[in-house]
Amino acid sequence: MIIENVIAAFGDVFAVTNLLLMTVGVTAGLIAGAIPGFTITMAVVLTLPFTFGLSAVEGLATMIGVFVGGLSGGLMSGMLTGIPGTPSSIATTFDGFPLARSGKPGLALGLGVWSSFLGGILSAFLLVTLAPQLARVGLEFGPWDYFSLVLFALTITASLSGENLLKGIIAGILGLLVASIGEDEINGVARFNFGSDPLEQGFAFLPVLVGLFAFSQLLSDVQDRFKAREPLMPPGSARAVKVEHVMAVGMIVRRWTNLVRSALIGVFTGLLPAAGGSISNILAYDQAKKASRNPETFGSGEPNGIIAPEASNNATAGGALITMMALGIPGDVVTAVMLGALLIHNVQPSPSFIGDNPELAYAVFIAFFLAHFIMIGMQAFCLRAFLLVVRIPMYTLAAVILIYCAIGVFALNNVGFDIWTLFIFGVVGYVMRTLGFPLAPMILGVVLGHIAELNLSRALAISDDLSLFVTRPWSLFFLIIAAFSVVFPWYQAQRGTAPWTRAYMPLLLLAVSVPLFLMEGVVRPVVAGLLILLAGYLVWRSGLILRRGSA
Amino acid sequence: MTRLNRDAIVAIFLLLFCGVFIAASFEIEETSYGTMPSSVWPQIVLALLTVFSLALLGQALRAGPPTERAGDGIAGWLKRYRNALVCYALFLLFLLTLPVFGMLLGGVLFVFTTLTVLGPPDPRKIVLHAAIAVLSVGAMWSVFTFGLRVFLPEGMLFSFQ
Repeated sequence: MIIENVIAAFGDVFAVTNLLLMTVGVTAGLIAGAIPGFTITMAVVLTLPFTFGLSAVEGLATMIGVFVGGLSGGLMSGMLTGIPGTPSSIATTFDGFPLARSGKPGLALGLGVWSSFLGGILSAFLLVTLAPQLARVGLEFGPWDYFSLVLFALTITASLSGENLLKGIIAGILGLLVASIGEDEINGVARFNFGSDPLEQGFAFLPVLVGLFAFSQLLSDVQDRFKAREPLMPPGSARAVKVEHVMAVGMIVRRWTNLVRSALIGVFTGLLPAAGGSISNILAYDQAKKASRNPETFGSGEPNGIIAPEASNNATAGGALITMMALGIPGDVVTAVMLGALLIHNVQPSPSFIGDNPELAYAVFIAFFLAHFIMIGMQAFCLRAFLLVVRIPMYTLAAVILIYCAIGVFALNNVGFDIWTLFIFGVVGYVMRTLGFPLAPMILGVVLGHIAELNLSRALAISDDLSLFVTRPWSLFFLIIAAFSVVFPWYQAQRGTAPWTRAYMPLLLLAVSVPLFLMEGVVRPVVAGLLILLAGYLVWRSGLILRRGSA
Repeated sequence: MTRLNRDAIVAIFLLLFCGVFIAASFEIEETSYGTMPSSVWPQIVLALLTVFSLALLGQALRAGPPTERAGDGIAGWLKRYRNALVCYALFLLFLLTLPVFGMLLGGVLFVFTTLTVLGPPDPRKIVLHAAIAVLSVGAMWSVFTFGLRVFLPEGMLFSFQ
């Protein structure tokens, strides 16, 4: 059965049309990633209207191409100009730019490109092996557990996406409120339409998303009148650079521990809802520096400083796809858009997604592998062309993309009101950005609002006993980590200075071990026991540090 | 009187917004079927929003009054957000005139005007902006109309039928 599905998926992914679409997608992603200020999310959001006319496999494969291309495109501008193309490549510039400036731009690009490729391939292997296992766990979830999982996704997004946790939480709740406008899915009753006919159907998800993210981002990019008129990259930077492939691969192979560690950091970060490449590249760089025998060389063109962020940011994509495919919960904003694409094709994301749509699921796995091969080919042969594109001033791109957004959202449902939705949420997104509200929690709120309401309704239909939310192990598990994720920003800010932060990790481990003990089987209670031992070790170690400090 | 900082004003606005929506939530029709009435979920969401807006207000009031910044005031504000305001105004104009001009002509006019207003004040650029507007919107319109077979709004002035 599995082999049949894999063969069918191969046939779909390697069809000529799909290969062409993926090549276009990777190219578009590479260009978008290379443009400073033009995020990968925006590129994937803008791809969405095109997927309307495609099959589910073609649509998702194209979006995966854009995603992978975007993650790798950011390194080009970062290395050659010192301005990272995307937030996922910030740490790449720390060593990539100095190495390129020291007369080795070909080696710097080679290290970046091949680290991206190998990090992505490692995460693709994990995607194929972990996603079906995690999906099996997901099948144990009842509506109580799923509701608590959504709650956790929202709290962790709020706590990771901005400096002000309160604003993050408010943004997430606003997203839930937006999702509740219009006809209620369960009873078919109109809500908050204020007498307006178009509002009776509610806001379509995709125009909301494009407005909140792409429209507001474009206007933020052209806010500075003089900067908007300058080319995104200085003309001199688009010179011919010969990428040193062989030397770069050799250097990466000799530093394989860094590559594997960074890829694992990337996958783990991607698994967490809302934690994307912008976090993983810095985490991986930091770990590579800590593990290095010569940390003082970091910042001056150290190859490990390029390998770590580039391997981790591509690996994050694999992690985010694992969460999306196994649990039906977006790992980040990009996978939230992909969930939207699945809904267009009437595919309901849920823990049973892999079992219900095996051909599509395997096609996603194969497309993720393939996108990395296309990416490396395009980077090798078309580097100069990408650099020429990013000489266009931002104001030109913004004007053209704004009208493209209008055409794209209209094309989704052939409804004029969707362009108004785009405009309204473009204003809302821009105002929220300006006032310091992160947009990622709001977008996740819009995506997850229906899922949360549906599962709450199902839970109450089965039993009106609310204590089930804390007595069912998985639900309790998610509620505990949701509570700890709310405290996480304070923990992060005060770690090492405030005494209470020493108790955070041991308490988290102890609390999480409780629901694990309640679960059936042998493995999970054993894991719970190990977590308690680890908590004990952490308490002992922090006591030791305290004693040393006082001595 | 002590001036309120920006977050305090935002929190007060959010509380007013919650008030309007909470009032509207009592207007939601109650059905005789279904276990969870349609108003329950929005009311939970609004209760949470109210609590966190109050928390934001408390946080903002503790932070104290705003610090003065050079160039502030209406003129400074307009200068800072000029480009965004221009884009929104032009996009609104494009939306309002869409039934007249249609997507193709309206789109070309929008891109040309936006490029000319946001771009450098150089008369030589006008031809370039016109070319970019015609080529980019024309290409997108063709892809959607002929490639994806989407019927984009034609407008009263520019109809193909």
